[in-house]
Amino acid sequence: MTVSPQPASVRTLDTEPDTEPVLNKGGQGSELVGRSPGQLMWRRFKRDRTGMVSAVVVLMFFVVGLLAPVISWLYGKDPYTLYGQESLDLLDDFSFPTGKFGGMSGEHWFGIEPGLGRDIFIQLVYGIRNSLLIGLAVTAATVVTGILVGVTAGYMGGKTDYWLGRLIDFLLAFPSTLFFVAFMPVVVALFVSPEDETPTYVRVLALFLVLWFLGWMGLARLMRGETLSLREREFIEAAKVSGAPPWRIIRKELLPNLVTPILVQSTYMLPAAVTAEAGLSFLGVGLLEPTPDWGRMFALAGKVYENDPTYMFFPGVAMVIFVVCFNLLGDSLRDAFDPKAGR
Amino acid sequence: MSNDTTTATADAGTPLRDAVPGTALLEVEGLTKHFPIYGGFPVKRRVGAVQAVDGIDLAVHEGESFGLVGESGCGKSTTGRLLTRLLEPTGGRITYNGQDITHAGRKQLAPIRSEIQMIFQDPYSSLNPRQTVGSIIGGPMEINGMNPPGGREMRVRELLETVGLNPEHYNRFPHEFSGGQRQRIGVARALALEPKLIVADEPVSALDVSIQAQVVNLLQNLQRELGIAFLFIAHDLAVVRHFSQRVAVMYLGKIVEVGDRDSIYNRPRHPYTHALLSAVPEATVTAARDGEGRERIRLAGDVPSPINPPSGCRFRTRCWKAQDRCAKEEPPLIRLGGNREGHLTACHFPEEPTTAAREEDVILDPALLAAEKGTGAGSAGPVGKVDR
Ligand SMILES: Nc1ncnc2c1ncn2[C@@H]1O[C@H](COP(=O)(O)OP(=O)(O)OP(=O)(O)O)[C@@H](O)[C@H]1O
Ligand code: SF4
Ligand SMILES: [Mg+2]
Repeated sequence: MTVSPQPASVRTLDTEPDTEPVLNKGGQGSELVGRSPGQLMWRRFKRDRTGMVSAVVVLMFFVVGLLAPVISWLYGKDPYTLYGQESLDLLDDFSFPTGKFGGMSGEHWFGIEPGLGRDIFIQLVYGIRNSLLIGLAVTAATVVTGILVGVTAGYMGGKTDYWLGRLIDFLLAFPSTLFFVAFMPVVVALFVSPEDETPTYVRVLALFLVLWFLGWMGLARLMRGETLSLREREFIEAAKVSGAPPWRIIRKELLPNLVTPILVQSTYMLPAAVTAEAGLSFLGVGLLEPTPDWGRMFALAGKVYENDPTYMFFPGVAMVIFVVCFNLLGDSLRDAFDPKAGR
Repeated sequence: MSNDTTTATADAGTPLRDAVPGTALLEVEGLTKHFPIYGGFPVKRRVGAVQAVDGIDLAVHEGESFGLVGESGCGKSTTGRLLTRLLEPTGGRITYNGQDITHAGRKQLAPIRSEIQMIFQDPYSSLNPRQTVGSIIGGPMEINGMNPPGGREMRVRELLETVGLNPEHYNRFPHEFSGGQRQRIGVARALALEPKLIVADEPVSALDVSIQAQVVNLLQNLQRELGIAFLFIAHDLAVVRHFSQRVAVMYLGKIVEVGDRDSIYNRPRHPYTHALLSAVPEATVTAARDGEGRERIRLAGDVPSPINPPSGCRFRTRCWKAQDRCAKEEPPLIRLGGNREGHLTACHFPEEPTTAAREEDVILDPALLAAEKGTGAGSAGPVGKVDR
């Protein structure tokens, strides 16, 4: 036998690390708390200029949306008052703003709405607020649904996976825009009879429901795929071998590894939900007058652009900035999270 | 459980020279795992099965180190996963400490989960990248409600030291470690529950050769110090040689030869064992014999598909001694005349119990044969055909 005698105590043997630990790079030698993958991503993200700028802009939109009442108070205008009707020199005989550039002035920063004569700036602020809040709620609901369905399908496999997969296929095959337009009145009618006037919260709820109903499948598919591949990883088996119940495996082993795709996907889903909401309002099936809405501003802008092209400008630019920044943020997050960048 | 059926098992009462005396901790009879294959259009239905493990018997004794060796794809990992009940057996029986766990559910397994642990092959996928070393090793204790004196954290630090890592690494994440270090973390996790049996599925084959020895040494010492029984899975005989008192050689879902270390390494009877031994690097095998040369056998091609294994003896498509009988009759795993007790071989025409050099090389690979033309045109029997 070539086995050499071994030291008696297990503690003393072979304690040399086989290779130099990969940490200790960059002069962090004394730091004994390891950096989590999340911390590493944050560091990578912070270095990404585009990502940081996008993040700040996106944050601005949220701040504007959330603080709309404060802004309204500071600005001294509200979104319902018909300023154009109150002071007769703001709108001309054809109800178009009298001033240059849609009536922009120190008083009305973004001008005056043609027709009713409301203040465009505060309309936009409240419009962003409403669209953003609905989009946020829809995104939260679709993300939760997507995670639940996807992880269930991926983790359970078999028949469950098969039927959930078919359901996803079925819903994905729906022509979504057509469905939204066609079903908004139907869903509204579920809550109030067509004769009565529809309260705004019912319309909001209906918008939320239709957008949620057809919004979760993409994420569910992604979650299913990720779960399927994670399920085969040996650390899941290790957890099973030590007797971990399925719930613990999902919570402690699976979900932490799904945070990245969830976060990245959500940053793509939110602007999609916001634009979908705006789109429905644009088509006249979303929020109705007098509730301020981002999308409906485009509808009006489309009607008046020949005589008052400025009206399109601010909602349009805001929307473009919003969507572009959100997508850039999503890309930056994905890059920062990319496991290939640092193992 | 000495039974005199043809598929005899390495039975518990057999006195083995190197074996640690003890009762069988884990016993397996006729263990089978067939993975169904579905196909067909438009209605999917079962069209066949991967016979990954097909009726194996083995017993691991308390404190013993048992080696399971075979080529890639022969069902070793499947066997390990069946024993740890990560997979549901298609047939056969698994008994742990007298308790039938063949089809036990998660709840029934709970009390013995802590006693059978596993070390995995891939150090990269066996540790959750989102958990600290502390929670990776401490997790099993938490699940099993173990509260060691001094607290779990204390115990984890102790375990880290046991496996040769710095206890200060408690709060670090797996990506901060090298392959060998990760494998040590995996070992510490397996030790956390103070198991009686560890199934180690090729624990070093993903590591650098220089590091392999260190990890094997670590495992060997743990096995001795802590008296843990090991089922050590490997794809070549060299790794297992110093580690295991008993070794089973597996081929295409079946055990073809099992015996104590000396029998397998110095008196192998099955042609496949001979072939595997000749693939072991020179230095390790000829240690006992002074470089007088040894047999050279090179196996042709791949292992045949476990979906449609050869009839009779599964090794016959690559065996240089194969005859008609081998195709018709499956050789039983029995003790051959001249073999020690507990040394069982499944072959109709076994080789001589020696590993001395042959006069001519057996070359079973047509490509190799062409490359070395003239040097040894298959002295013993037909040159193996690459089946495909
Ligand atoms: N879940 C599965 N479904 C279908 N077939 C499987 C499954 N797991 C393993 N197999 C098949 O079973 C056979 C044995 O696989 P196994 O992983 O046990 O081999 P192995 O001896 O561990 O090989 P290696 O040395 O490459 O790890 C292979 O043919 C493999 O393709
Ligand atoms: S039974 Fe026949 S084919 Fe199988 S190993 Fe023995 S000699 Fe070879
Ligand atoms: Mg394997």
